[in-house]
Amino acid sequence: MRPPAFLQTALERDVHPVKVVTFKIDDRDVTAREDETILTVARQNGIFIPTLCHLEGLSERGACRLCLVEIKNSPRLAPACVTIPRQDMEVITNSERVQNYRKRILELILTERNHVCSVCVSNGRCDLQQLTVDLGITHVHYDYLYPKHEIDATHERFSIDHNRCVLCLRCVRVCDEIEGAHTWDIMSRGILSRVITDLNQPWGSSETCTGCGKCVHVCPTAALTEKGKSVAEMTKKRQFLPYLEMMRKEELR
Amino acid sequence: MMTIEELQDIGRLEKEKQEGFRHRIHVCVAAGCLSCQSGLVKDALEKEVSRRGLESWCQVKGVGCLGLCSAGPLVSIEPDGVLYKGVEVSDASDILESLGGSPISRLECSLEQPFFRKREKIVLENCGKIDPESVEDYISENGYEALYTALRLMTPNEVVDQVVRSGLRGRGGAGFPTGLKWTTVAKAGGSIKFVVCNADEGDPGAFMDRSVLESDPHRVLEGMAIAAVAVGASYGFIYLRAEYPLAVKRIRTAIARAERLGVIGHNIFNTTFSFDVKVRLGAGAFVCGEETALLASIEGRRGSPRPRPPYPAEHGLWGYPTLINNVETFANIAPIIRKGGDWFASIGVGKSKGTKVFALAGHVKNTGLIEVPMGTSLRVIIYEIGGGIQGDRRFKAVQSGGPSGGCLPERFLDMSMDYESLAQAGSIMGSGGLIIMDESSCMVDVARFFVEFCMTESCGKCAPCRIGTAQIYNTLKKITEGEGKPSDLELLDELCDLVKNTSLCGLGQTAPNPVLSTMKYFLNEYKAHTDDHTCPSCACRMNNHAEEQK
Repeated sequence: MRPPAFLQTALERDVHPVKVVTFKIDDRDVTAREDETILTVARQNGIFIPTLCHLEGLSERGACRLCLVEIKNSPRLAPACVTIPRQDMEVITNSERVQNYRKRILELILTERNHVCSVCVSNGRCDLQQLTVDLGITHVHYDYLYPKHEIDATHERFSIDHNRCVLCLRCVRVCDEIEGAHTWDIMSRGILSRVITDLNQPWGSSETCTGCGKCVHVCPTAALTEKGKSVAEMTKKRQFLPYLEMMRKEELR
Repeated sequence: MMTIEELQDIGRLEKEKQEGFRHRIHVCVAAGCLSCQSGLVKDALEKEVSRRGLESWCQVKGVGCLGLCSAGPLVSIEPDGVLYKGVEVSDASDILESLGGSPISRLECSLEQPFFRKREKIVLENCGKIDPESVEDYISENGYEALYTALRLMTPNEVVDQVVRSGLRGRGGAGFPTGLKWTTVAKAGGSIKFVVCNADEGDPGAFMDRSVLESDPHRVLEGMAIAAVAVGASYGFIYLRAEYPLAVKRIRTAIARAERLGVIGHNIFNTTFSFDVKVRLGAGAFVCGEETALLASIEGRRGSPRPRPPYPAEHGLWGYPTLINNVETFANIAPIIRKGGDWFASIGVGKSKGTKVFALAGHVKNTGLIEVPMGTSLRVIIYEIGGGIQGDRRFKAVQSGGPSGGCLPERFLDMSMDYESLAQAGSIMGSGGLIIMDESSCMVDVARFFVEFCMTESCGKCAPCRIGTAQIYNTLKKITEGEGKPSDLELLDELCDLVKNTSLCGLGQTAPNPVLSTMKYFLNEYKAHTDDHTCPSCACRMNNHAEEQK
């Protein structure tokens, strides 16, 4: 039977009409829509790839490098969060090489600032702490950098402790992309980089901050916290992100 | 609106005008010579000419870089072909006195020395010859003829094809085949495309792009316009670092003059083709030389790179297909179109075609800008063109490719300078900086210097580069201060491997190269630092460890 007329032209013009690819992750056959990343597909199939800067609902940065995976016949490692799979690609997520690199990168992140779990309000509820458990890190074999950083507690309800920041920039993205306030940004370069509110003004004096607290709840560590919390009391609530994403998509329809 | 006849008329008139002068005095007014008062020398010469009432048969003209920057200010006398070095204001009347007679021997700089004889000029052919602020002068040297040919006598595909055949590779560092890049952008869909010139030259010791922009800005503009014809773009950006104020001024002047003549702008050469060029200034970030960071900066965002793919050829400025090439790459385009890709491919060796401009710096006698065919050996560059090591000390190493390159020891002196050989030896061509080091340089200290550069220039986006370079730097600092342990070398090795393989962009991926190459070729020096706490070159100040042990 011939396809209906309205379909015919589109079919004839498209020489490669398949919009779904099949490929392999760790020898398992999986499928991906053309706009899905390796990470998305891995999560759908229950395959573990560690991430830190990634958060469902925010744009991707590919910056923490913890989700690096190997791709067969490619010399370079690829960040799973931003790599679109190709047909018949073979992805390896758990080779000794990538596992080793991930551990080393996480160790570097642990040496960068002052992460002291025993006195931390996020102890037991921290993405960074969870990652060290997941990757089996028991000690760090690089020297700690012990930088001096300040705490900005000028905001009425929240505070930021730069000693705990891992520069994932989830706060910057959620404030810009979801809340639309763009209070947060990043200043300086390299090891001196840090997140700032407005043009490096105290958070409490910010004229753009709406006080919504989204940044606090997407923060993976205790860099951004609610005031009045004691050790191990800061729980992050992120349900608003998938909810808002869904509702906004509905509205677009 | 301009026709080829009008263009040729402008060129012919300019040529006749200049040949009408019996003597033409060319004073270098590029940054190197200007910094040693060549501007005053030019004024003095002009004043002297008018004092003597010789305006009608003697012309004083500011020209671009004459090459031998270490001997500036340079003045050349045409058509006699005499070059004077270290000219001072007080020499003006002597120079005028000597015109037509025999040259002043105390100022004369022999053009017969290898520094000049061994050069082969393609990119720099107009440098030191034409007035960089005069479009007519550029046209008199066949300027904008290639653009006319590309627009009126060739199809875009033929233009791309000539570039493919030329075998030209990106002169910015990585050596990606230019023709392939052009093909990719030409094939990318959509009617809006951009051509971007990367003039964010940030390597310490490199000044090739600055000299080209200061000496022959129209050459770069013409290359960009031809690229725009080939890939179907109608907007261009020149991303230029603000630390080059003279280059900024010259390229802006060039754009304005070219637009007034109608060789850039709307309906170029009576066709429907339009090409608008704008200058964007960088704010002093090395990472903005990385293409995705550069694009972010042009868009007005923080200059940090993003993961590729998608490549700028598909998804560049504001999401549109964008062609990014280096200044020197664009400067090669007009001659390729004029003389054909096969002519260009006949110069050079193997897969590295044409010539390369190197900025010779460090402990050599002749520092300056040289252009030699690909495949010239380091020995020729250092000992013949460079005139050997200062004070006739011993050569120790050469750092090619800036902070992303490697340090090569003496045994590579006879290696051919091409992309493949350099990569094999553990270095890169890079943008063309060559820093020559003699026996007084400590290789650990050199590695520390370059890593410090990369650490402070890291944008801080990805964790391995941000923290890894800081850790490498701390370790090297410890070693150079005499606090190193033998186990530090293993740690360095491991950190370098990590940063190289896991960083997001080229800056991080190449930042460990100076450490890796010096560890490969000068391990003894590292061992002397960590095991005996001594610096063989006596360049590092150790924290009294050596004395304590005695």
